[in-house]
Amino acid sequence: MGGDAGGGPGPLQEIVFRNFYTAFVSVRVQRARGPRRWLTCVRRRRLMASPHAEQGAQDYFSLPRHQMLCDVDQVTAVRFILRQPSPVWLHFTIEELQIFPPSQKSPPKDFPSWLSQLAPPQQPPGPHAELPDPEKVSAEAQQMWVLTEVIRARQAAARIGRFDVDGCYDVNLLSYT
Amino acid sequence: MVDAEGGLSLTIARVVQRLRGSSLHSQLERQARVSPGPAPALSTGFFYFTGWEKKLQNAVYSELNVFPSPCHPAAPPEHMKEPLAYMRKAQGSWEKRILKSLNSMCTELNIPLAQKRPASEQKELLNKWNEMGTDEPDLSLFRPVYAPKDFLEVLMNLRNPNYENGEQPSFRNHLGLIQVPLKVKDIPELKEDFSELGLNIGQLGIDDSAQVPPEFFENEHVRVGQKVLAEQDSAAAQQYVRQGCPTALRAELWALILNISNQPEDILYYEQLKSNVIQHNLLVDSLIYKDVKLTASNDDYYFVFEDYLYQVLLCFSRDTSVLEHFAYSSATPPKSYIRGKGELQKSFCFVGVIPFHGFSMYVAPLCFLYHEPSKLYQMFREMYVRFFFRLHSISSHPSGIVSLCLLFETLLQTHLPQLFYHLREIGAQPLRISFKWMVRAFSGYLATDQLLLLWDRILGYNSLEILAVLAAAVFAFRAVNLMEVTSLAAAEAVLADLSTLKVVPLLQIFLFATVT
Repeated sequence: MGGDAGGGPGPLQEIVFRNFYTAFVSVRVQRARGPRRWLTCVRRRRLMASPHAEQGAQDYFSLPRHQMLCDVDQVTAVRFILRQPSPVWLHFTIEELQIFPPSQKSPPKDFPSWLSQLAPPQQPPGPHAELPDPEKVSAEAQQMWVLTEVIRARQAAARIGRFDVDGCYDVNLLSYT
Repeated sequence: MVDAEGGLSLTIARVVQRLRGSSLHSQLERQARVSPGPAPALSTGFFYFTGWEKKLQNAVYSELNVFPSPCHPAAPPEHMKEPLAYMRKAQGSWEKRILKSLNSMCTELNIPLAQKRPASEQKELLNKWNEMGTDEPDLSLFRPVYAPKDFLEVLMNLRNPNYENGEQPSFRNHLGLIQVPLKVKDIPELKEDFSELGLNIGQLGIDDSAQVPPEFFENEHVRVGQKVLAEQDSAAAQQYVRQGCPTALRAELWALILNISNQPEDILYYEQLKSNVIQHNLLVDSLIYKDVKLTASNDDYYFVFEDYLYQVLLCFSRDTSVLEHFAYSSATPPKSYIRGKGELQKSFCFVGVIPFHGFSMYVAPLCFLYHEPSKLYQMFREMYVRFFFRLHSISSHPSGIVSLCLLFETLLQTHLPQLFYHLREIGAQPLRISFKWMVRAFSGYLATDQLLLLWDRILGYNSLEILAVLAAAVFAFRAVNLMEVTSLAAAEAVLADLSTLKVVPLLQIFLFATVT
């Protein structure tokens, strides 16, 4: 099962969609320049751990640019090929398909991008470890500190814990909505 | 799916946000201000020397264990509760049924759901807070909102509308009662997951029996346990209890794993809940009374703890912090309308959890370990929001009751096919008998020391799958007798009394010593 999406030529940053019982998805693109053939940019990405079982069947997935096999600048058409080898499902498709060009970030992440660049994993300290190098430690501490400052803008998770509303607490029926 | 780097950043941000509002954070700040030395006080060396690193590590570990990994940013919040739409719908209609039943009970008996107690009643309750069991209110008109078997009927009728549920028997239809195609583990996968239960590894429950000299395993295991407690490391404790907990250390080890420390703030919080109980009377209280009188009070092992059960459960039904777990549970708390001053109607969360028949049995075994009400309360609340809530809500989670039922039926069908077929033929579907064991996490069915050994493993593996494995192991153990029965009643009689069973040998034999 497949589907095409076309329009003016443009670069591709990320594809986001919600799965509905598709087991594998492949994506092919057609470029503005070059031969008019379809190039595979995502090959048989597994969406459901087992095609017969529910795991992953209704999850959200994203296919970012850096995981694609070919260059996705100047794309004129995108083709999705959906596979579901199991006979037990009545329908399978993908829903809420969104294709993002590089100008806007895909569903806005609420934290700054430098957070994604984590410090490289350190060597585990040897059996006779001394205190870690203070320069390295303070650099990491700075990162952590800025992170907590960013989160400071958020609401704290503390609860008041009172159960009444405006001092009165006469409840007669539960609502169904 | 969120890619690995993005996912890690999201997790860190979430954990930091949650810890920010906690008492640990204020303690750290206080300590940092008090200690001499240059700012920032967040350096690794500072933590290591003052022991706060361990506490922080434990808090982070606890957060990671409780909350599921962050969803895709595009996913709406109900997706974290339950990814499958038809299960959300089924849970919603089940909850509606419960609410209707509760509402009709209210209107029939003409009792409000909640009201403020008059001052004289408040004083009376405060006086007999420690002996509420002596009270004999008239509960004859109350009935439990639902029992496990009602819930089983709902699960049996759960269907995926996108699945070919033909009436004709085919490879698509499951032979058991659960017809939902969830992925469950088979024995090789379970052997890998529960590898610490293997035959060549020492276990409490087997290698501490009278015939085995304690030098072989028990003494060393107790020594290691004391060391883990001295280190105060949650992750190490969780690994340790997979082989069982020595009785003397169990209370502290479980508190360490669940990161419960009973600080003054926690005691104060409990006292606040107690005052809420004194001031307001909820209908749910009568349901709790009724449940305790029907179940725990009639149990030979637990009737002595009746007063403790009231003190814990009455507070639990008023605890707003329980509402947090609804972010990752498929359930939704019931809401009600109230007339605020000036405004016509405000909707608010009425209560966290509506108890069902047998709910108090989740608390009863903990009474053997903890005698201080505030610590007992916190342990129960943490156990509930980590594990027990999954046993009475419809979800696709691997530790959810639907998956446990399917796991039980699949294990039985794969490894005892003759028994399964025989029971099915006589109209005694095995799940009809084992469902009540799993919903209660075997509380009230096993002897208490065996039950605590089982709950050691639930904490150690952070999963409830062991309940389904034990249920299948029990059937395997009594297979010979079960093959001879000819009716559901007779099958239930064979499996009526589990109090003589030893849990750990059963699990070991079923997982590691059965020919597959």
